Amino acid sequence: MIEHKVKIINNAGLHTRPAANIVKLASKYKCEFSLIKDGLNINGKSIIGVMTLAAEKGSEITLVFDGIDEELAASEIVDYFNRGFDE
Amino acid sequence: MKSESENILKGIGAAPGIAISQAFIYKKEKEEITNESITDIDEALESLDVALEKSKKELRKIFSLAVDKLGEKRAAIFEAQIMILDDPILVSTLHNRIKHEMRLPEYIVNDEISKYTDLMNLSHELYMKERSHDIEDIKNRIIRNLKKKKWKSKITSDVVVVTSTVSPSDTVLFSRVNVKGYVTDFGGLTSHAAIVARSLNIPAVVGLHDASNRIKEGDLLIIDGFKGEVFINPDEKQLHYYQKKISQLQKQDTELNKLRELPAKTLDGKEIQLYANLELIDEIELITNNGAKGIGLVRTEQLFEEYEAFPDEEEQYKVYKTIAERIYPETVIIRTFDIGGDKVLPVDLKEPNPFLGWRGIRLLLDSPLLFKSQIRAILRASSHKNLKLMLPMITSMCEIKKSKEIINECKEELKKEGFAFDKHIGVGIMVEVPSAAVLIRDFAEEVDFVSIGTNDLIQYILAVDRGNEIVSSLYQEFHPAVVRTLHHIISESKKAGTMVSMCGEMAADPFAVPLLVGLGLDSLSVSASAIPLIKKIIRNLTYKELQSLASECLAFKTEKEINNRMKRFFNEKEKDHIKNLY
Repeated sequence: MIEHKVKIINNAGLHTRPAANIVKLASKYKCEFSLIKDGLNINGKSIIGVMTLAAEKGSEITLVFDGIDEELAASEIVDYFNRGFDE
Repeated sequence: MKSESENILKGIGAAPGIAISQAFIYKKEKEEITNESITDIDEALESLDVALEKSKKELRKIFSLAVDKLGEKRAAIFEAQIMILDDPILVSTLHNRIKHEMRLPEYIVNDEISKYTDLMNLSHELYMKERSHDIEDIKNRIIRNLKKKKWKSKITSDVVVVTSTVSPSDTVLFSRVNVKGYVTDFGGLTSHAAIVARSLNIPAVVGLHDASNRIKEGDLLIIDGFKGEVFINPDEKQLHYYQKKISQLQKQDTELNKLRELPAKTLDGKEIQLYANLELIDEIELITNNGAKGIGLVRTEQLFEEYEAFPDEEEQYKVYKTIAERIYPETVIIRTFDIGGDKVLPVDLKEPNPFLGWRGIRLLLDSPLLFKSQIRAILRASSHKNLKLMLPMITSMCEIKKSKEIINECKEELKKEGFAFDKHIGVGIMVEVPSAAVLIRDFAEEVDFVSIGTNDLIQYILAVDRGNEIVSSLYQEFHPAVVRTLHHIISESKKAGTMVSMCGEMAADPFAVPLLVGLGLDSLSVSASAIPLIKKIIRNLTYKELQSLASECLAFKTEKEINNRMKRFFNEKEKDHIKNLY
């Protein structure tokens, strides 16, 4: 299991387009993936779940990866967060 | 038993005929979702999957057409909505809950998705509230599709449907089960419900305000589509009167049927071509039985209403080909999709004035893939040379030229691909906007035919929304501005040597027909069921008297004068021949 703390750095926050992209990225991997914010634990492969996360610029989220390809998944998804969702 | 005056509701007679049957209350919205338990789990799971699939198709239909208009932000939301319908966590939770809780799928869907929207609504962020609306939208779409399936199984052929309004997709549903008639709270003579009821040849009374509340499920109803009256649980006397009337009407229909093979020719030899309008493929038989000369208007958007996605070229080709072959050797005029932005745009992009918005040719020219698939399909079905192509909502020369360019492109493509088609296919326009009426001479020289669409033309000339009950009485066919505009369109088109016809509801109004013929129209396109009666009216008059009637009406300054004159004319000339109706 891998845990990563990430910060939302783009101006618009975790809006619909990045939410959809995160789910798409996560779906490529076998490992389980969840996002934890303010005590709320969300399955990262569920778009409707990720969309319930209110994460404006500056907020912190913990990403948890658990499974056979967790390292690959973590590196790609954490990187996407760190790039500010390419915005 | 109620007294005579108490059980009568008065509205607008929207489609002629009389029906006596039990009421079926069709309430689409605001129906409560109950947490009824179920026994057949497999059936419930299947219904859910079908509803999810259907919702996906609907969203893709919106997405495919509106993507350019949506902007990147909206497009992303749409994509996310489609993803939600595929969300593995959500779908498996819904499945599991149905299996374990054994409750109606719509209850489970509502309960499960509401958990997410409740969470979103807790947030103080404004955009989260908006997002919650999007999710709510998805939820309602799934529930609507779950319910639709149920409604289909409930409606049977021996009922009168009582509802607040009728949408185009409802009418497709009703036509499939041959309901006996409609009664609606809203709508006027030219509302969608009215148009379709006439084309299905079933009586309808619209604009009754609170019929859907006053009538109870299973009440016996008499609908009088001529007078616009509805009797709730009629007494013996009323029943007897209307049963007698039904048999008189049947006799008259037999009489009218004898005219089937005869031309619609005036006593002094002027022949009017009577075409039929087509909205449902099932109507072809009615059209050929009623002695139509051909089809003057195929409303293609209605034809494919029940398709969840826009039909592709192949699907369209098959349908157009069937129509062309069944009507051959007569002509069929196919109008390209006349869709309003209000039908395809998502809720939050709703146009404030859809009738002044993105519709008809504007939408087609902005959606070249859709437009070309339709033109190609029509061309490919035209090999017997009995098809013509008509463009809706033309307001400028530029739109005509652009459309013709696209038609030529399609011809070039088909030629290269080796398809057979009519190289000289006639291309015409609808004249239904004041700018087209003003510029009619130039437009008529540019096209092969013009067809006057009175429903829109009248509403644009008079600035009256025909569906708005508060002002609908100001929607007047006999307004002098309307009559003089018609005169202008007809005479200028003729000067240009271009064929001119009319395909709006006015062409089917027995009171208006004498005026239209007098103004010089050579052809009319109406609901198939109206053809025999109109033929009878025309065969009883001389063109000479109609011409002088028309010049008289062109000189009047008020609607009242024209209306009175037309009624008087009808009573003097036609009343003895057409009994029972008015």
